[in-house]
Amino acid sequence: MSTRQFGARVQRNEDQRLVTGKGRYVDDIPLTGALHGAFVRSSVAHARITGVDVSRALALPGVVKVYTHADLGALDVQMPLLIPHPCITHGRTQYPLARDEVFHVGQAIAFIVAEDRYIAEDAVSLVEVGYEMLPVEVDFEKAAEPGAPLVHHDVPGNIAAHLVQESGDADAAFAAADHITSIKVRVDRSTAAPMECLATAARWDEVTGELTVWDGTQAPIGLRGALASLFELDEHRVRVIAPDVGGGFGPKIHFPYANEVLVPLASMELRRPVKWIEDRSENFVHMTHERGQIHEIELAATSDGTVLGLRNRFLHDTGAFIPYGIAVAQVAACQIAGPYRIPNVRVEFSCVYTPTVPVTPYRGCGRPQANFAIERAMDQLAEELGIDRFELRRRNFIQPEEFPYTRPNLIFADGLAVTHDSGEYEKALTALTDALDLAAFAKEQREAWAQGRYLGLGVSFYVEGTGLGPYEGGHVRIHPITGKIFVNTGLTTQGQGHETVFAQIVADQLGARVEDIIVVEGDTGVYDWGVATFASRAAVVSGSAIHKAAVLARKQVINAAANMLEADPDDIELADGRAFVVGSGTAGVTLAEVATASNPLRYAFNKAAQSATQFAPAARSDGPSLGEGAHPGIEATDYYSPPHATWAYGVHGAIVEVDPATYGIKIHRYVCVHDCGNMINPMIVEGQIAGGVAQGMGGAFYEKLDYDEDGTLRNASFMDFLIPYATEIPHVEMIHQETPSPLNPLGIKGVGEAGTIPVAQVIVSAIEDALKPLDLPPFRMTPLSPSLIHSHIAESGNRG
Amino acid sequence: MSEVTVFEPDEPVVVEVEVNGEPVTAEVPSRMLLSDFLRQRLGLTGTHVGCEHGVCGACTVHIDGRPARSCLTLVAQTDGRSVRTVEGLACADGTLHPVQRAFKECHALQCGFCTPGFMMAVAGLLDERDDLATADDETIREEISGNVCRCTGYMNIVSAVKRAAELSNERG
Repeated sequence: MSTRQFGARVQRNEDQRLVTGKGRYVDDIPLTGALHGAFVRSSVAHARITGVDVSRALALPGVVKVYTHADLGALDVQMPLLIPHPCITHGRTQYPLARDEVFHVGQAIAFIVAEDRYIAEDAVSLVEVGYEMLPVEVDFEKAAEPGAPLVHHDVPGNIAAHLVQESGDADAAFAAADHITSIKVRVDRSTAAPMECLATAARWDEVTGELTVWDGTQAPIGLRGALASLFELDEHRVRVIAPDVGGGFGPKIHFPYANEVLVPLASMELRRPVKWIEDRSENFVHMTHERGQIHEIELAATSDGTVLGLRNRFLHDTGAFIPYGIAVAQVAACQIAGPYRIPNVRVEFSCVYTPTVPVTPYRGCGRPQANFAIERAMDQLAEELGIDRFELRRRNFIQPEEFPYTRPNLIFADGLAVTHDSGEYEKALTALTDALDLAAFAKEQREAWAQGRYLGLGVSFYVEGTGLGPYEGGHVRIHPITGKIFVNTGLTTQGQGHETVFAQIVADQLGARVEDIIVVEGDTGVYDWGVATFASRAAVVSGSAIHKAAVLARKQVINAAANMLEADPDDIELADGRAFVVGSGTAGVTLAEVATASNPLRYAFNKAAQSATQFAPAARSDGPSLGEGAHPGIEATDYYSPPHATWAYGVHGAIVEVDPATYGIKIHRYVCVHDCGNMINPMIVEGQIAGGVAQGMGGAFYEKLDYDEDGTLRNASFMDFLIPYATEIPHVEMIHQETPSPLNPLGIKGVGEAGTIPVAQVIVSAIEDALKPLDLPPFRMTPLSPSLIHSHIAESGNRG
Repeated sequence: MSEVTVFEPDEPVVVEVEVNGEPVTAEVPSRMLLSDFLRQRLGLTGTHVGCEHGVCGACTVHIDGRPARSCLTLVAQTDGRSVRTVEGLACADGTLHPVQRAFKECHALQCGFCTPGFMMAVAGLLDERDDLATADDETIREEISGNVCRCTGYMNIVSAVKRAAELSNERG
């Protein structure tokens, strides 16, 4: 009897190859005779290009080709604006290679193809680019002011898009309020910094006319569509494969990057495989960024702390282009009311061009900013009304009986109104306060303060719309010879363990071992219906689709086995890779035998196949071997298209100590209560959360991209852009709460981004709480490094 | 008095090096990095390059038994030495090294890109210290603070270090 795999802490199918050095990332694909590419990138933020001299580079032995925009022919076009929206009045996207103007440091100007990467990089330094400098304003708040230098000469005010959404009647709520709280917060720009930078390899097959592209992408099907369009190739002649990908975290959803156009082009023109592997320093100025937002937020409340209305205006820094549309700003806008009922919400944002790397989603996608804004405001409101900050939150939670809770007219990234589907918010908060033991902490804090130690407690409650549509597909097939189960979906994995969690889902339906289920995804040559990996959606959307396909395959197995065993289908049970009559004590038939018998054969290519050939007694039939509408083998495909996003949530709390001399922060405890619905594999869920919290810690403390006023990125390396090491990350205590989502058959909600979202507010509010004796003005920005704490205290003139 | 050394980046040098127990003799350009040599010439692509300047530790291998950054090492520097990569971590019969077992058991990897370098660093640590099975978290975190992992948040790597130490002690 098999035990249920859904919900079990199953070790990962992918790990054996990854721990033995047999992973296959793009740069590991052996391509005989491959050429190597390198980009010449802009060293200035904004300039007209007066000339590009490639002659010295071309003369270098080993250089095969140097591309500038003039060599691109029909590809010298603006890249697509991937997610159009009516509010984008001035959408500007990049060209594969800059034409006569550059818009940010790092923009690709020329592409060199050489016999090896050493030569290609030598040649980069031989290309001379003439610039006529144009004025820049890097600070996006100033860039939105009248008279600021323009990024695009024909975009007035640097405003790419502007959107106002209103749910209820915010002004009426403010008119009726006893109290109004108003704050302004800033979240700085950051980068995902996956351990594997971007990477593309391509091979053009002269014989078949097929282009194969290996790419570290989160969206192989989307990229295939873009390449088929750009190169005017039939879809089946373009195969995009995302092999093992060394972390994604969002920016690998964007396409096509310059490399995704130039590498395929060079392989087709030069008739040789071509590979380009981004190095770390160019990753900082090429791969898309996120996070820069400034929020003004107002809460209208009654004197007992009921929040009646919320008004939010924010600026979103979109960088030099807006290729991914308003996604980040829109997601922020839709999460601004958090877990709170707040029936009247008006949210308005502008997307501002700056001469910097373009902005697309990074783990959290606008939610960390929105969370920081609403939770800072709730803390402020509690302070002003003299209500305990936990109690204030409690009074405003959407209650379990109020679900589904819709915010009419607040349209989410899936084009549908925000609808929180389920949850127990108050229970989660109580779990946190119990774990942190607020009474004991209050005593400890008083004692610490008395000794001149600064101990504080921080809290943040987040919600996350996950599992967005439009849809994903699942394909399940039993291999007739090996009996293993081959499972496909269209999206990709960058470390989230899809090969295991999807296998667990299928294992339960087909009674097979998880290790006998082979999940292949991210290869358009294998399966090419679907969307991509983003918005914590893979488990929800692909998981549900695969589940539905597996249910269909299960029916096929049961019917076929009942036929073979001459039994009633209701009496067939599937377990341990076999189908048998329940309670019979007989072994029944293996899944391989069932799959083989379901495929009428002419040739007995192995022993098992004999029984399916046309003269074998078991396969004799009076009519056609396959009935009308039947298909051979055990194989099923199904799709899942969510009615709307499913809303995960959670609350994090921390106890921190601030060193009064250095302002160094020590995290004594970090507790996370979260609810992602039913967990497929708690071990993997915990891994996602721990990793998310670590990225959130980086964002809370150090991960700020530091542009100087000329638009040069000052910390474009791992030496200068600090990301956390093991010594910086605390142990994270986790409390799981499982409220099944009513929207999908498995009751799943997404968890990929959850860990990251609330961390900045947790840390900043904890620091603020710790430093209360200093009577400081509140903290309104993140990251918050020790030096910024120091400046904040110095500016306030207060010193403990 | 001064002596000027002219660096000829492409001047060929002959290197004799033992890689995962096998002798290798190769002529390489003098500027070739060990990481590129392992990956491109020997096809040992398990060693990954994460930052190209010695900060992240993804490219860690053992040189003469001690962890080293292969992205900061010229092949020429390994002449006469032995190099061990992740491909040489398991026994010849495929039995996994305690570090490999522990990383699997403890879910100490997600995308797997930093993992080979991380495991080589931990394997080196286990050779140096035999008290890690009972060490506190802070000690372990300090010891592994030369490697970056962007996926796991390190918690499970800390557990894996302890587990690997236990398995090593059992193995003796």
